[in-house]
Amino acid sequence: MKVTFPHMGNQYVATKVLLEELGVDIVIPPQCSNDTLDIGTKHSPESICLPLKVNIGNYIESIRQGADTIVITGSCGPCRFGYYSILQKEILKSMGHQLDFILLDPPQGDYDKFFKSVTKLANTKNPYSIIKALAKATKALYGVDEIDDAAFYKRPRERVMGSTDQLYDSFHKEVRKVKGYRAVMDLVKETKRKINSIEEDPERDVVKIGLIGEIYTIIEPFVNLDIEKKLGALGVEINKSLKISRWLTEHLYLQPLKLSSEKEIWQAAKPYLGSMIGGHARETVGYAVKYAKEGYDGLIQVYPFTCMPEIVAQSILPSVEKDYNIPYLCLIVDEMTGEAGLNTRIEAFVDLLRRRKELKHNEKLLSGY
Amino acid sequence: MKIGIPRGLWFYDYYPLWKAFYEALGAEVILSSPTNKHILDQGAKNTVDEACLPVKILHGHIIDLRDKVDYIFVPRMMSVYKGEYICPKFCGLPEMVKYSIKNVPPMIDTVINFNKSRKSLMTTIYEFGEYVTKDRKKIDSAYAEALKKYKQYKQSIAEGRIPLNGELMKESCFNGKRGRKTIALMGHSYLIYDNFGSMEIINKLKALNVDILLPEMLDNGRLRDYSDTLEKRMFWSYGRRLMGTAMYLAENKDIDGVIYVSSFGCGIDSIVEELIERRMRSESDIPFLLITLDEHTGEAGVNTRLEAFIDMIDWRRKNEGNLSPYGKSICGN
Ligand code: SF4
Ligand code: SF4
Repeated sequence: MKVTFPHMGNQYVATKVLLEELGVDIVIPPQCSNDTLDIGTKHSPESICLPLKVNIGNYIESIRQGADTIVITGSCGPCRFGYYSILQKEILKSMGHQLDFILLDPPQGDYDKFFKSVTKLANTKNPYSIIKALAKATKALYGVDEIDDAAFYKRPRERVMGSTDQLYDSFHKEVRKVKGYRAVMDLVKETKRKINSIEEDPERDVVKIGLIGEIYTIIEPFVNLDIEKKLGALGVEINKSLKISRWLTEHLYLQPLKLSSEKEIWQAAKPYLGSMIGGHARETVGYAVKYAKEGYDGLIQVYPFTCMPEIVAQSILPSVEKDYNIPYLCLIVDEMTGEAGLNTRIEAFVDLLRRRKELKHNEKLLSGY
Repeated sequence: MKIGIPRGLWFYDYYPLWKAFYEALGAEVILSSPTNKHILDQGAKNTVDEACLPVKILHGHIIDLRDKVDYIFVPRMMSVYKGEYICPKFCGLPEMVKYSIKNVPPMIDTVINFNKSRKSLMTTIYEFGEYVTKDRKKIDSAYAEALKKYKQYKQSIAEGRIPLNGELMKESCFNGKRGRKTIALMGHSYLIYDNFGSMEIINKLKALNVDILLPEMLDNGRLRDYSDTLEKRMFWSYGRRLMGTAMYLAENKDIDGVIYVSSFGCGIDSIVEELIERRMRSESDIPFLLITLDEHTGEAGVNTRLEAFIDMIDWRRKNEGNLSPYGKSICGN
């Protein structure tokens, strides 16, 4: 058995740690590229949301490297993600690939079924080793997400442009080569330390943007056309409404106990959107409000074309924009999105935020505060 | 008190229930006009571009009612069956309306959520009723009354009387005679039964002398049996009915063709239609036509494709002696 899985930002590091600790043979799909997307687009229904297309590309590229089993997570509605596995299986079948799918649906109180799926995957039935491996994977994931956080902070402040990205990219190259939890964690720590010690330019005027929207688009850099690097280079510090580490904690550890770390966010969303509607629309709106309250300079929503929950959120966000007087930009991506057009829109938006910031600053000076 | 019911989305499945319910409680119920160009244009103008056609149409109907009523009926339809949903956009509909359209009258936006169980049914009904009266006994009897009307309506549809624009046709669209050319017309009810929104597909098919079979004419229980055999539970209610219909058709093959009408950008159909089309093509040789609509679709193109499809079916019938051996198997009740 050679196991592969679809990419979703840093998630691959956690899956790698989990499976390596359990002694499972894995194929990490090559980093998402235009080839990946081309393959996926060619074989997927045109109107399906972008994540599914990229997933298909990932599978095919992994199959070429010998993968015969796919492990994915799922859900039971209301959004399309819950039916991804079935459609993907159909697509692969019609391409002549008969693969084993192992579904890790969030436990939803049913840890039994969840563990059965994990046991099918793992080389062991020993729940203790499984839990230990899960804990390690979780830690690794938090570690990699901390690298992201460090990079969000450094990019707009670095004295030598590109120094953060150099370390960042090299981490993602190296981490594929090392094996097991210890080695991964060493690399994580080392990278974090190096990024944190990058020299800063105190003169730079940093603008702050909250990045909100559909989880996959926010988390997978290929799909959002590297928006975090782009914004960083434009002197923008970002914060993301969703992180894969938090998602894991939510679904694996909290939800089964009917707990959530997002209660505060739901509360923030409540005046606009009071209930779960699928996907992460409620988080999108909630974080928009939170960022606005925290004094961020602007909001950018990203989501894949036709994404249902985000379309609902998009209907609401102009009201948040008005109520909190915070500029909002909506970016919708699909396989046809041109990088040049996107860059222009992002640059114009950041310019606008800069001018507003200056204006506010001058007003303050004038009014003597 | 005037309550406006917009002619969109759940309308075609449920409006007789809500109309009878509120009328029995003593309210005046006003339906928006059947969809027309103005309604569609208004809807498209007041909705985010990315929304699908049916959601835009619904917004148009809200605008149509806006100045005529005290309340607008926009329930939050999360789930009508256990373990099922409809669509994330149905879940967030009250918000979409509220933040897209100015000066909307107060909304009756009670939550309908039977995803976990139906236990809360009566509480939900009381909540709906309390917009008019606090008298629970009155609500009970209004609901009983409404349920009767609703069942009659469903029965009429099952017999083939199409609720075009919500008004039941006098005659069945399906006379069930052996050998009649019969097309299964599939898609979300609010697209199919909206005469303008669907580009008059039903009238066009009738003019082409075709019998029409609709998923709503098939026994829901039987359809459920079919869809229950799916590897993963189909958790969208419309999707489940459509999948069940497709599985039934692929097995029984007593049909000349399938036309699936979908809206551009419909998230549910991007999966359901795809799975249905794949199944139809792999398990049967029933001709399949997909028509995808949005507010920019040209009618001429649709007509051409429709006519070509029917021509092809005629040709097949002539050359293959492919008479539709229709049986009353699971039709009607
Ligand atoms: S949330 Fe958006 S991208 Fe994700 S499955 Fe739903 S529609 Fe697709
Ligand atoms: S099911 Fe499809 S057509 Fe209906 S509201 Fe949802 S996305 Fe639109």
